[in-house]
Amino acid sequence: MSSNPGTSMPAETTLLVASLIDAGTAAIRANADALGELDRAIGDGDHGVNMVRGFSAIAEAREAIRALPLSSALEEMGKLLVMNVGGASGPLYGSLLLAMGRAAAGGNASAGKMLEEGIAAVKKRGRSDRGEKTMLDVLIPVQLALAQACAEGVAVRDAIERVKRAAREGLESTRPLLATKGRASYLRERSIGHLDPGACSSSLLVHAACDAFLESTKP
Amino acid sequence: MTDRVAIVIVSHSPDVARGAAAMVRQMVGREVRVAHCGGNPEGGLGTNVAAIKHCIEQVYGPKGVAVLVDLGGAETNSEMAIEMLPKEWQANIVVCSAPVVEGAVMAATEAAGGSSLAKVRATAEEMFR
Repeated sequence: MSSNPGTSMPAETTLLVASLIDAGTAAIRANADALGELDRAIGDGDHGVNMVRGFSAIAEAREAIRALPLSSALEEMGKLLVMNVGGASGPLYGSLLLAMGRAAAGGNASAGKMLEEGIAAVKKRGRSDRGEKTMLDVLIPVQLALAQACAEGVAVRDAIERVKRAAREGLESTRPLLATKGRASYLRERSIGHLDPGACSSSLLVHAACDAFLESTKP
Repeated sequence: MTDRVAIVIVSHSPDVARGAAAMVRQMVGREVRVAHCGGNPEGGLGTNVAAIKHCIEQVYGPKGVAVLVDLGGAETNSEMAIEMLPKEWQANIVVCSAPVVEGAVMAATEAAGGSSLAKVRATAEEMFR
């Protein structure tokens, strides 16, 4: 880990990172069974336990990660997901966080810009795009909602509400879709009518990140 | 042996990986370097980036490495593992689009004759188009 002893991080950054870890881990743990259930319907059933394994590794490294600048913290979380998840979601979520971390490295990238870079990395890693019943069906509308809210200059709370709604609607949008990526694609038409487990974990994590952000900005 | 393309077998199942490697050895003996891995970081069904990376490091040579994988996550995790290896190796490692058992045997048989990585990959892939 590229820890940086001697330089202490601004309190708001360590608070945000710690909140992100806590909220993300709690959301994944609380919904592990539901994720497994969704994955059993159209995949191999391991999405819940895989994500728990990844987030437990992050939770274990919480104190070291929160001491890092935001960019390195995101990259470290990405690496831990890559090395611990054990399914395709490891490299997919790992690539998302690694790219978001790299985008944050300059120190003045917006959350929208970071997410844009992260999504580009997920598209590349999964050779996939919106409409294929994957996590991108949540992440892309979330990014668009965030960009729109920023462009309109709405209040933070309203922006957060819009982002959460985009995540929920994005998740629901996967139900009628035909899967063309991952193991769900083997089911062809039978994949229709089920929510995508990766889209579900993405929606959970977006909600968790929104709550963590609000938590860390509380006066 | 390092003048032959090496083979890495990646399956979700440790048993499948071990079995496929045994079939390859039966065909080509020790002429071709073969490494295999299967299972998630806890040993259950799945794949493990660190284990895949370690396998490639074990057998890597100047002729390159052909990686045979079973299902989606094995491919994604193998691509991730390759990106974590030295830049100058990366162009010399390919993930073959072929069934893991048959592809591994075909690839190893071709590799045993001293063929290039491109030829080894083509042989593994062409039978199953």
